[in-house]
Parts: sequence; structure tokens; C-alpha cells
Amino acid sequence: MKTSTLPPIPKPPSRIKSYLTFALIVLLLWSSGVKTGADFLKLADGLPNIGRLLGEMVPPDWSYFSKITDAMWETIRMAVAGTTFGAALAIPIALLSARNVARSPFLYYPARFILNLVRTVPDLLLAAVFVAIFGIGPWAGIFALTLFSFGLIAKLTYESVEAIDPGPLEAMTAVGANKLQWIHFGVVPQVTGPFVSYFLYTFEVNVRAAAVLGLVGAGGIGLFYERTLGLLKYDKTSSIILFTLAVVLIIDFITVKVREKWL
Amino acid sequence: MNRTRSRTWLALAVVAAVYVWAFYGLPAASFKETAGEVTGNIVSGLFHPDWDFVYLPDGEDLLRGLLDTLAIAALGTFVSAVIGVPLAFLAASNQFKRKWYSWPGKAALSFLRTFPEIVMALLFIVAVGPGAFAGVLALGLHSVGMLSKLYSESIENMETGAMEALTATGANRIQTIRFAVIPQILPEFLSYTLYRFEINVRSAAILGAIGAGGIGTPLIFALSTRNWDRVGIILLGIIVTVTIIDAISGYLRKKLV
Repeated sequence: MKTSTLPPIPKPPSRIKSYLTFALIVLLLWSSGVKTGADFLKLADGLPNIGRLLGEMVPPDWSYFSKITDAMWETIRMAVAGTTFGAALAIPIALLSARNVARSPFLYYPARFILNLVRTVPDLLLAAVFVAIFGIGPWAGIFALTLFSFGLIAKLTYESVEAIDPGPLEAMTAVGANKLQWIHFGVVPQVTGPFVSYFLYTFEVNVRAAAVLGLVGAGGIGLFYERTLGLLKYDKTSSIILFTLAVVLIIDFITVKVREKWL
Repeated sequence: MNRTRSRTWLALAVVAAVYVWAFYGLPAASFKETAGEVTGNIVSGLFHPDWDFVYLPDGEDLLRGLLDTLAIAALGTFVSAVIGVPLAFLAASNQFKRKWYSWPGKAALSFLRTFPEIVMALLFIVAVGPGAFAGVLALGLHSVGMLSKLYSESIENMETGAMEALTATGANRIQTIRFAVIPQILPEFLSYTLYRFEINVRSAAILGAIGAGGIGTPLIFALSTRNWDRVGIILLGIIVTVTIIDAISGYLRKKLV
């Protein structure tokens, strides 16, 4: 009999778990394919359609630009208004959600619950609901963007507030500051930079969102997509797309520069 | 001192001008006189939802709408991951001898990111007809923009130590990729893919508004027929589904990275 004093060679970790995960993912994707009627033959059949569509989109109808400039300005105005209202609403709830400011779980858990709830409903569906409430027009879109920005800015801001340096806060407590002074001199100077940065980021997101809100009647340039696609004027559709891309890129460029320079 | 002060004033003036321009140009807020009533109806719809709509034996109900939405999101994410991985290597600057070789890839990704998915869906509807498949294709193509950018960043930030160690032990190229590259980037790739899936669930819920499948279609229909209890149950369904998906995906992502 041969006895070994060496410990046995460790067994490699079981592969069963990975195989099961893999099988599960394949099953998930396969059933999704069945559910959505995914058919890549249909896509292959559709490719000539796409080609024809793209062919009709060039050259874009340059003269259409003058017709949609007003709608484009309205889109940007909606984004400015929505982001501003949302940011204003976000400040109190962000402070309430931050563990190091609100202190009590009875304050910060409900506040975070509201935030999570707001962030589940996508912006375009919010806009559809607000159109039903307030009627067709940019204000329905502004309210949708307000609610959306509120959720986004408040979440990002409260996470920054929780990450601030506790030193100034302790100093403020030590000199006997009341809660408002404590926030004003201890918290605000530390989060102004991130807050403005989140504001600008949300503004970028909102310009993109505002450009499609018109599809449900909530104002802005999105209205013109249906108008031009419905009339099969694809050269006009492509001018809308190009105009939107140009405006989005310019605004992104400006906000990135502002963030780099001042924040 | 004086210069920073004048710069502050200039910045404030620019901001003020933007606001004057923005609010002066907007039409005065005028609401339908029924606004209060409709709000009340929607809120009461949220508290007295149309439970019967959850499951209808024949056809369009809440569960099927939500499942459709999840299926569009899952398949769209898969399509974008399949396209996104090779593109990521083309857009990663450390994969080339010269840095600017990666610029075309980066530019293509940024174009895809900027192109709104709902407009893409409109174009795919023209190509393959209305329905969930158009939504899958739109989400798949649009998500490549963000997903592949994140992938390429994680390739760029990869540690080269493990690769060098394997090369030193005489491993060939394939073995290096198998044992040094994949173990390093796989968790991050999976985590980004799950994160994009969370976003895509929300996007897929939107797509129905233009006829590209999912829960958006019955919501728009219920809104236009003023069926507030049904609006209530659909909104609740979306909130619950998104919350559950976020929770599961967040848990998995925490385990991965």
C-alpha cells in the first residue's frame, strides 16, 4: 500500500453552475425570440426596404430646415425649463435622502422610495400621461422632463452628499450651528460642483429626450417625425434627424467644455 | 481677483440670457379645464386598478405586454452585445499601433449613441413592419453605441501584467486570450450588459408608443380611450416590473464586480 503524505490535489471547482447559467441564458433568449417574432429572414427581406429608405433620405431637404427651426428652439426651451424645475425640486429630496444629513431612517427611506418610484416610469410614457392631463403642447413635455430630471438629479446628488468630508460638518456642529446653517456652510459648498455637473448632464439627456417627446404630442420637434414619415417625405425626415444630431452635438460640446473649465 | 469676478458676472449674465430666451419663447402655460379631474381619475386609477386586465384569456393583457417588453429588452441587449464586442476592439486605442486608428470606431459609436432609438424604431418599422421585432432591432442597434464604448474603455484599462506573465511562460496567443484577457474583462462586460438591460427594459416600454411592441401600446390606447383604471394597472405593472428587474440585475452586478 502506498500512502502519500501530500495533501490531495484540489478538485477544480464544479462547472455545473456555469453550464446551468449558460443554458438558462440560451433558454431566455430563445423564448424572447419566439415571443417577439424575431425572424432574421424577415430582416434580410427588409434590408432592401432599409436600403431604399436610406436612399430616399439623401440628399436631405435642406429647405425644410427653416420650417423646423421654431420647433427646434421649442425643444431646447423645454429641456431648459424641465431641467431647471426638476433640479429645484431635487434639492430638498436629495438632502432628505442622504443618510448623513437626514440621520433618521424614517426620513431617508421614504425619500429614497419616492425617488426609485419616479425613476421607474420612462420619460416618454410620463409625457403621454401628462398630455392626457394637460392637453397637447410643450407644457406636458416640460412636466414630464421635470419629473424625470427630478429623479435623476436627486439620486446623483444624494449619493454625492453621502460621500462628502465629515470634517466641516463636525466643525459646524461644534460651533453650535443650527440645521440650516449646518447645511448652508457644511454641505452646500462641498456639493455645488457635482450638483452643477449633474444639472448639465441631465440637460444633455433632456435635450435628446425632448427631441422625441413630440411623438406623443408633448411639444418640440418630435411632432415632425410622424408628419414627414406619414407623408413618406423621407428627405424631410433626414433633415430633422441631421438638425437634431447637430444641435445635440453642439450642446454636448458646450456642456462638456463648461464642466471641464469651471467644475 | 478682479478678473475672476468679471468672469463670474459674465457667466451669470449668460445664464440669465438663456433663461430669458427660454421662458420668453414658451407659450403661456394653459391647461385644459379638465386637468384636475383627469389627474384625480389617474390617481384613483392607480389605487383602483383594473385587475381584470392582468390576465385576459384572449390576447392583449398586462402580463403578455410586460413579457413582450422584457423579451424585446433581452433580445435587443443580446444583439447589441454581439455587435458590440468586436466593435469595442476596433474602438480601443491600445489595440492599434497608432492611437488614431481607433477614431473611426469611436466616431461610429458616438453617432449610434446620439441617434434616438425611437427614431431608429420608426425607420425599422418602415423596413420590417410594425411589431416587436422592429423594437428589438432598434434597441439592438442603438445600445451598441453605449455598450461598446463601455467595453472599449474596459479593454483600454486592462492590466497587461497577466498577459506578459503568460507570454513569459510560453503561452501562445489563444492561450493568452483565454487565460489572461477573458478572465479580466468578462465580469466587467457582463456587468455593463446587465446595466444596459436595465435601461433597455425602460426603452422597450416606450417603444409601444409608436407601434414597436411591448406594454407601451396598451398604455397609449388606454390613455386615448380614457380608461383610467387600465392606465392605473399598466403604470403599476411597469413600476413593479422595472423595480424587480433593477433589484435582480443590481444584485447580480454586485456579485460580478
